[in-house]
Amino acid sequence: MNIKRENQLVFWLFLSPVLFAFLMVMVIPFFMGTYYAFTDWTSSARVGAGTQFIGFKNFTESFADPAFMYSFGITVLYTILNMIFINVVAFVLALLVTSGLKYKNLYRVGFFIPNLIGGLILGYIWQFIFNNAVPSLGHIIPFLDFLLEPDNLVLGKTSSAVMALVIVGTWQYAGYIMMIYIAAIENVPVELHEAAMIDGATPLERLGKITIPMAAQAFTVTMFLTLVNSFKQFDVNVSLTSGGPSIMYQGEPILGTQLLALNIYNTAFVSNRLAMGQARAVIFFFVLALIAIVQVYVNKKKELEL
Amino acid sequence: MNKRKLGLLVAEIITALVFLLFLFPFLLVLINSAKTSFEITQFPLSWPEDWGNILKNTVRIWTSESVRYPSSLLSSALITALSLLFINLLSAQAAWALVRTKTKTSSVIFFIFVAAMVIPFQIVMFPLLSWFRMVTVTTGVRLIRTYQGIILAYIGFGASLSIFLFHGFIKSIPLELEEAATIDGCRRYQIFYEIVFPILTPIQATVLVLNGIWIWNDYLLPLLVLGKGNAIQTIPLAVSNFAGAFVKQWDLILTAILLAMIPVIIFFLFAQKYIVKGMIAGSIK
Repeated sequence: MNIKRENQLVFWLFLSPVLFAFLMVMVIPFFMGTYYAFTDWTSSARVGAGTQFIGFKNFTESFADPAFMYSFGITVLYTILNMIFINVVAFVLALLVTSGLKYKNLYRVGFFIPNLIGGLILGYIWQFIFNNAVPSLGHIIPFLDFLLEPDNLVLGKTSSAVMALVIVGTWQYAGYIMMIYIAAIENVPVELHEAAMIDGATPLERLGKITIPMAAQAFTVTMFLTLVNSFKQFDVNVSLTSGGPSIMYQGEPILGTQLLALNIYNTAFVSNRLAMGQARAVIFFFVLALIAIVQVYVNKKKELEL
Repeated sequence: MNKRKLGLLVAEIITALVFLLFLFPFLLVLINSAKTSFEITQFPLSWPEDWGNILKNTVRIWTSESVRYPSSLLSSALITALSLLFINLLSAQAAWALVRTKTKTSSVIFFIFVAAMVIPFQIVMFPLLSWFRMVTVTTGVRLIRTYQGIILAYIGFGASLSIFLFHGFIKSIPLELEEAATIDGCRRYQIFYEIVFPILTPIQATVLVLNGIWIWNDYLLPLLVLGKGNAIQTIPLAVSNFAGAFVKQWDLILTAILLAMIPVIIFFLFAQKYIVKGMIAGSIK
């Protein structure tokens, strides 16, 4: 056997196991799913039988559905709040941890740990905190007795329930994002700081004129990372609020904190409208693809500047 | 100099307070795992009266028919370990084949793997289930509610990022090393298994950590592929079934959560260095 033939054989032999798995769970379902979004597919048990092509009906109906449009809006709001909170907390923590503290390694570990526990479990822990621990503060501290009122439960109102999701999201991701900022801050040459100190720059000036500009590359990474992760949030949503509380929106009862990923899941499995859920998943994909294109564009631009 | 010391002290105190605040939810889980359900509803913030309760609650969870903690732990460990084993080896060999074969086909395949990283699980999850059922009907191989089905799914979903990471690393390995081995009479496949694969250890650590944390904590894929009420269930599934079934029994729910967190925290304390490094590397690439 000649070398070229052998190389080609090895190429396909080495590639085929992973290619097979990838085809089975990504490629084939992706094309099936895109097709199903344009059909009246209802039961996942019997496929093909009687599935009709119905064009863009699932999409137009989705955009006309108040619950979906509300989910879209609340997801955008949640994503923006989450991005701001996570990045501010993470950057401040990174600055603190790199300022020469005695127990810096212990702090890093502590801030990072929530990230290792699954979002589902984190959500249940915080459900307990918001439903049991927070109201019990009313027993302990007299002027907080309003917390005992069932009407004042954090997860009972949409606005505070969204903030609860943001708090848990921040707790979950801040330590991870902090690690990226730490790496960036530690990469800033010490000489720059020393020179600035000799010139009489205050710590705040050094932060604004040296640390932040030098860490600019890290900001692009963390912004897109938190953007995509927040937009895809599902686990914490399920375990913390399950989408609740119920509210009235445009004359229809809907779930007040149902993020997009949960809306897609519920549309398919709770309302039993698989094709509709699939169409929403396609919309979800388009938004994420758009974000990815912007990210590639921004990164290319940044690379050119450097 | 004195002013700087004072500033440092203030920073130390602030950071220590935030640190305690960050870990406070875990403390709440711990103290409430040592309470009776009456104690929890009355005093969720108090110190437990009798730490012996933590043992009682643990035994109740461990032996509970509805949680099935021991078998869930075993299933989670088996699924994570086997998926990691396959992802690591199969993605590494695929990445090597893609780097060392410079053809149009090879670049197109690599591009598809990378582009697929943008695809969210939501768009493939419903058709995945019906496709798995079709495969079972036509070939007789059961993929839904089985180990082989979920492990196949993790290999497929983990492939993109893993191949991408290996690809970047392998590109930096000098080709001379492999050429020398060829001259010494090594066959093509031997070059990979005996020479290249052992050099990949640092990037293997990254791949294992990133995929390991994802698979161990994953909820949605096991929920769909394994389903509820299955003999095979992972820890997140066990916790969610249980927390749904026992709506107000926080003493048991929190103990179940504590037991679910312990393996992760122990693992983290041992492999801290690799985990932090791996996760940062994975995010920046």
